[in-house]
Amino acid sequence: MATPTMDKAEAAGKGAPEPGFADSPYIKVTFRIRRFNPEISEDAEWQDFEVDMDPKERVLDALHKIKWDQDGTLTFRRSCAHGICGSDAMRINGKNRLACKTLIKDINPHKPITVEAIKGLTVLKDLVVDMDPFFQAYRDVMPFLITKGNEPTRERLQSPEDRERFDDTTKCILCAACTSSCPVFWNDGQYFGPAAIVNAHRFIFDSRDEGGEQRLEILNDKDGVWRCRTTFNCTDACPRGIEVTKAIQEVKRALITRRY
Amino acid sequence: MKIHKYDTVIVGAGGAGMRAAIESTKRSRTAVLTKLYPTRSHTGAAQGGMAAALANVEEDNWEWHTFDTIKGGDYLVDQDAAEILAKEAIDAVLDLEKMGLPFGRTPAGEIDQRRFGGHSRNHGEAPVRRACYSGDRTGHMILQTLYQNCIKEGVEFFNEFYVLDQLIVEEDGVKKSAGVVAYELATGEIHVFQAKSVIYASGGTGKFFKVTSNAHTLTGDGQAACYRRGLPLEDMEFFQFHPTGIWRMGILLTEGARGEGGILRNKDGERFMEKYAPVMKDLASRDVVSRSIYTEIREGRGCGPEGDHVYLDLTHLPPEQLDAKLPDITEFARTYLGIEPYTDPIPIQPTAHYAMGGIPTNVEGEVLSDNTTVVPGLYAAGEVACVSVHGANRLGTNSLLDINVFGRRAGIAAAEYSHKSDFVELPENPAQLVVDQVERLRNSTGTERVAALRTELQETMDANVMVFRTEQTIKTAVEKIAELRERYLNVSIQDKGKRFNTDLLEAIELGNLLDLAEVMAVSALARKESRGGHYREDFPTRDDVNFMRHTMAYREVAADGSDSIRLDYKPVVQTRYQPMERKY
Repeated sequence: MATPTMDKAEAAGKGAPEPGFADSPYIKVTFRIRRFNPEISEDAEWQDFEVDMDPKERVLDALHKIKWDQDGTLTFRRSCAHGICGSDAMRINGKNRLACKTLIKDINPHKPITVEAIKGLTVLKDLVVDMDPFFQAYRDVMPFLITKGNEPTRERLQSPEDRERFDDTTKCILCAACTSSCPVFWNDGQYFGPAAIVNAHRFIFDSRDEGGEQRLEILNDKDGVWRCRTTFNCTDACPRGIEVTKAIQEVKRALITRRY
Repeated sequence: MKIHKYDTVIVGAGGAGMRAAIESTKRSRTAVLTKLYPTRSHTGAAQGGMAAALANVEEDNWEWHTFDTIKGGDYLVDQDAAEILAKEAIDAVLDLEKMGLPFGRTPAGEIDQRRFGGHSRNHGEAPVRRACYSGDRTGHMILQTLYQNCIKEGVEFFNEFYVLDQLIVEEDGVKKSAGVVAYELATGEIHVFQAKSVIYASGGTGKFFKVTSNAHTLTGDGQAACYRRGLPLEDMEFFQFHPTGIWRMGILLTEGARGEGGILRNKDGERFMEKYAPVMKDLASRDVVSRSIYTEIREGRGCGPEGDHVYLDLTHLPPEQLDAKLPDITEFARTYLGIEPYTDPIPIQPTAHYAMGGIPTNVEGEVLSDNTTVVPGLYAAGEVACVSVHGANRLGTNSLLDINVFGRRAGIAAAEYSHKSDFVELPENPAQLVVDQVERLRNSTGTERVAALRTELQETMDANVMVFRTEQTIKTAVEKIAELRERYLNVSIQDKGKRFNTDLLEAIELGNLLDLAEVMAVSALARKESRGGHYREDFPTRDDVNFMRHTMAYREVAADGSDSIRLDYKPVVQTRYQPMERKY
């Protein structure tokens, strides 16, 4: 089955008139969803669902309408429904996004909208993937504050400028949109992937942390930062707007200069 | 069926569960069971801050914080618990900083603090800067920091394990906890966890409302498991409606927005909170602000063609301040409403936010089986529990504080209890209730649909037991819930499989919501007064003579298997503060 390429589909949607939007906000939208359930079949297949949508609704709303009104077997993860918990990263029209932060009007609703599991992690059922390798890579970079010496009585001091230095990478919600958009990760699951590096960055550039050397050594590994080909897919995919590629570049630079 | 044995089992991996796990893992063999992945928990959605009288930016002390908490809770707060909360707040914040939490900083490099609703200087004189924060993603940072420290401590997680039953065994007339029964989402397998101590930290139950800031997964599973086994639920009629949810969607916009200077306005542009709370204005307590908003709407001063919302106005604040202090909520407005908060006010309405009530505990986190008796080996902390530090209305920033203070206490107490105790023998067929429940749903050929029943429940709750209640509206809700519970016996699901069967779990969650909604409505019907988040138009004043007491709701099962709710009451612990009229 042909999958419309995202960019063309979106370009067509932008600036086009919005027929039917004026009276009732609801329009018929087709969702083309990649189904997989090994309890039933070893083969994945596309299935179309037609749903009445207000273009201001989210793709997650559409998935709920399908699950609740048409097919209760459709399976996906979700929780907070507003882009904070990181449960519902999926490939929507070929691009990694959170279903709860993607409004129908922002993707072309006049062509079938494709929804499939994120790539590079084993699909377990429909849109659900095995997250364990992703969280293992996160744990491998020692994502916690490492300090030496005695704790102060009160808080550690940190200037607003030093706090700002690593603010961008503290926003990560571990949704895996970046890692599962990375061509290097698709081809080699051993690569730490952008999310783990982002979280290493969050500590390496925290002025209170004293574990930078250890983390840099981990990331200097053959599966570490040097595998990054700077394709910027990760930056495009991040639903939190983190400059992921920039963070990876800063880690590379720190490895060369040992200054951070 | 698999049987596991642990000293301590923690149910839930949000802030309270993970804070408990950090303590109990150091002291005992601990398993954390979570129906999500830990970082998906709704603690991450908390925005504005965590209160502690650090006095980093202006004079403050924990006694003022204690007073504000008690007054905020409309004097239904247990005052000994509130004192612990406020006193231990300071170390709770400093502990998080030492764990690595990236707090906002003052120019001197100390933890910065901002204003928040109901927190005041010297017993109500003026707003005080008490909330420690990290932008408008304080909850996210707490959740991440606690998860990071769980990794550091080697905490053992069972992800996507749904706890569906609490095992209670009666020995010598004493109810004891023997463990829990869990359902593994990935495989459909049922697991029994035998444990010397069990801590519930499974969060709230907001999903029985339609307009809510709560996650889809907040379905009161812990409360329901305990309640079904005969344990009481305390003060369930008290639910907080946060004043500023995104209109119609309910997504939370932090009170920190008003702490930073944001103003609520009606359709005439009037700053209406000046009328209702002359001193604290937009920073009065949440129950007061939510009622004021609905009063404006009811009197025809609401905004929009249907006059059904008001505005949160941030347009007078410098864009740099919004970017630095409120980046997430301004992005929510752009994403979900297509509104630019630099230039346009944001349409808001109150949103169901937080359960003040829950599983009754003492200040060590030990669960009570009546007004005074402890259930050995059973603990609860966070939103699932009722200590009660929030009374009839929780102050903003006191929940992130609650999970840290009482999560830590429960973790230590549970681990220490496991050292001095033996395993309680499991009952015969420990998983029977869960096996029956799962099989009944999987094999049901009934005609009722889960989603339809849930929608009807949410609509009746929004219409009848929200900000304003009367005997008539509550009775309507009680009747509707009874009807829905009857129809629930006839629900069926489409997914009959074992693998990731979220269709099945949604059906089980609906059962929990229905049970808890009934407890809430029945408790609300009996409370013929107005206090904090419970406002009865037919009894508009507080009645300390008859109702200065906690509601305790018990499930009673008749010989024919039918159940009903029995209400009892528990005295409020009062120490140094006499009830006064609440003015802001």
